[in-house]
Amino acid sequence: MENVIIGVTFLYLLSSAGYIAYLFLQKDVLHRISGYVLGAAFLGHTGAIGYRFLMAGQMPVSDLHETLSMAGWAIVGVYILFQHQFNLKVLGAFAVPLASMVMIASDLLPRIPLLVQSGLRSTWLVFHVLAIFSGEAAFALACGIGVLYLIQEKTIKTKRRKFFYKRLPSLEFLDSSGYVCVVVGFTLLTIGLATGFVYAKMIWGKFLSWDPKEIWSGVTWLLYAALIHERLVVGWRGRKSAILAIIGFCAVIFTFLGVNLLMKGHHEVFTRW
Amino acid sequence: MLSEIVLLGLNHKTAPIELRECLAFSADQASTALGNGLNSPYISEILLISTCNRMEILMTAPDCAPAIDVAKQMISDIKQIPVSEFSDALYVHTGNDAIRHVFRVASSLDSMVVGEPQILGQIKDAYLTAVQNKTSGVILNRLLHKTFFVAKRVRSETGIGDHAVSISYAAIELGRKIFGELEGKKVLLVGAGEMAELAVEHLIRNRSGAIFVANRTFERGVELAGRFRGRAIRFEEIPEYLKVVDIVISSTGAPGYILTPPSVKSAMKVRKNRPLFFIDIAVPRDIDPDINRMGNAYVYDIDDLKNVIDENIEDRNREAIKGERIVDEAVIQFRKWYESLDAVPTIVALRAKLERIADAENQKTFHTLKHLSDEDRNAIQRMSQSMINKILHDPMVYLRRNGCYGDKSLHIDWTRKLFNLDNDNQE
Repeated sequence: MENVIIGVTFLYLLSSAGYIAYLFLQKDVLHRISGYVLGAAFLGHTGAIGYRFLMAGQMPVSDLHETLSMAGWAIVGVYILFQHQFNLKVLGAFAVPLASMVMIASDLLPRIPLLVQSGLRSTWLVFHVLAIFSGEAAFALACGIGVLYLIQEKTIKTKRRKFFYKRLPSLEFLDSSGYVCVVVGFTLLTIGLATGFVYAKMIWGKFLSWDPKEIWSGVTWLLYAALIHERLVVGWRGRKSAILAIIGFCAVIFTFLGVNLLMKGHHEVFTRW
Repeated sequence: MLSEIVLLGLNHKTAPIELRECLAFSADQASTALGNGLNSPYISEILLISTCNRMEILMTAPDCAPAIDVAKQMISDIKQIPVSEFSDALYVHTGNDAIRHVFRVASSLDSMVVGEPQILGQIKDAYLTAVQNKTSGVILNRLLHKTFFVAKRVRSETGIGDHAVSISYAAIELGRKIFGELEGKKVLLVGAGEMAELAVEHLIRNRSGAIFVANRTFERGVELAGRFRGRAIRFEEIPEYLKVVDIVISSTGAPGYILTPPSVKSAMKVRKNRPLFFIDIAVPRDIDPDINRMGNAYVYDIDDLKNVIDENIEDRNREAIKGERIVDEAVIQFRKWYESLDAVPTIVALRAKLERIADAENQKTFHTLKHLSDEDRNAIQRMSQSMINKILHDPMVYLRRNGCYGDKSLHIDWTRKLFNLDNDNQE
């Protein structure tokens, strides 16, 4: 199983190299091949995670190694869906290397022998994990697109139309596709939090135990809620929207890793290493 | 001797506009020139290209020098201008240089603005005129078809036609980078002017939305709005319309700024920060450059657009290098075909073919007649050799001599086709 994951990581790296080469050389064939490699790696990755799931009977997020692997899987999966929908070709050079780095970190971490905790076997938990991870992957893409927006806006404003001007699509496209990512991510995050609360009620008998993870998840949710609200009501679009998507993703990373590593709480077990 | 390809002409690099004007051929004059040219014994095929940037005569001639003199005299006669006035501006290319020149001109590598698309159409027209007047023959037909092929290849395989090189197109391209689609985007034209109006026309062609026209004199505004099927508004209404439109094109003679940050700021609130693109073509400028610092507002003035164009021209020139390579390749290919038109290689190829056939048939026969002695076989081989010589005698004389009577290349081409010599050689 470990060999499969390492092989998958290698293919992700290969695909990253292809996407970065595409960014510079702009040859469509590079983009196409990278897409195939990425698809093959994603299938292998899905198989590996599915196998772990069947073996353990629970979502494979019992240590930091597995959790990061799951995060990498979610980023690639959401990226493939996004690419299919919007065909924003340069995004691969940002999303796939990010997934690759997450996978390398995962590979370097020790694997902890599986502890079967009967309390973690629940359909609610499966939805909770899937929704949260995909939602956060969508936020990762929104952040990447936000960066691209800021780059493209700067080239147009400063009138220095160099490297990125030709390679990036219009501002309007970046703005609206980034917004789609935020909305999708926000919906998934909401579902993830809701299922998490239901699950908590079942296990601990209360919806909210003021655990740091819960608090920070709430903060993240509020940040994105603010972004969507401001956009709909006041019309925060373009630059402000892009910056907020980047700040939001920083909050996501902190909620995902920082809280577990720096603070105590009942999610701690998922990031043991 | 085989006819040589000769090209003489002048273009924007060698001749000033005054001279080019004097030497521009109308369609009738071109037909006359082609007819006259073909009447001369020194010119075998002729074609004439006349555009606002160039005038060129492409011909095939058994002997270059007299053909060039005839062509010069012909220009002088038809355009009523002494040879001495234009002969300094003329360039003359022969052989490979002439072929390369035609390829480069058609591929728009030799144009004033590299990559401009009109020239290919103009050369096609010139060729059509030559065909109608029956002044193009085997060589020019082949050369021109190859030319069209090369020009298309250069256009599709390099970026010489990419990116705008005019102010109004550059503005449209920028608009695309901001809005993505220009369809349905509302446009406000402030003032009037050739470049501004051209930009509006481009926008309409891109299916932009409603057009509003503001002018100091309302009557002029109404007149312009009529042309664009838009609506005239009063000058004082401009801030109000900033809330509605997406693209503002400004070109007035006003001494100061017409639009300042405060008016844009209040409009931005109402339009919920939807992007606003200002194109300022006026000198002195109409639109305060500080507006560019505001979120979702983009201001490009005439200098910015000129810089865009300069960069695009640089890009095109870089792409032109790739085009030159394609042209060089094509010149070599064409030359190969052209040289095959000479009588000697054709006769050699024809003899080789006959000998190959005779040899193969002899061997077959010897195989069945095993009782023949070596002497008998030699006799049979000598006989077939002398048959080949007899058969080839008249065609050889005809092909060698024919140059004096008419278009030799035509007969050689036929011979090669009749005996399928080109395909045999490839095998």
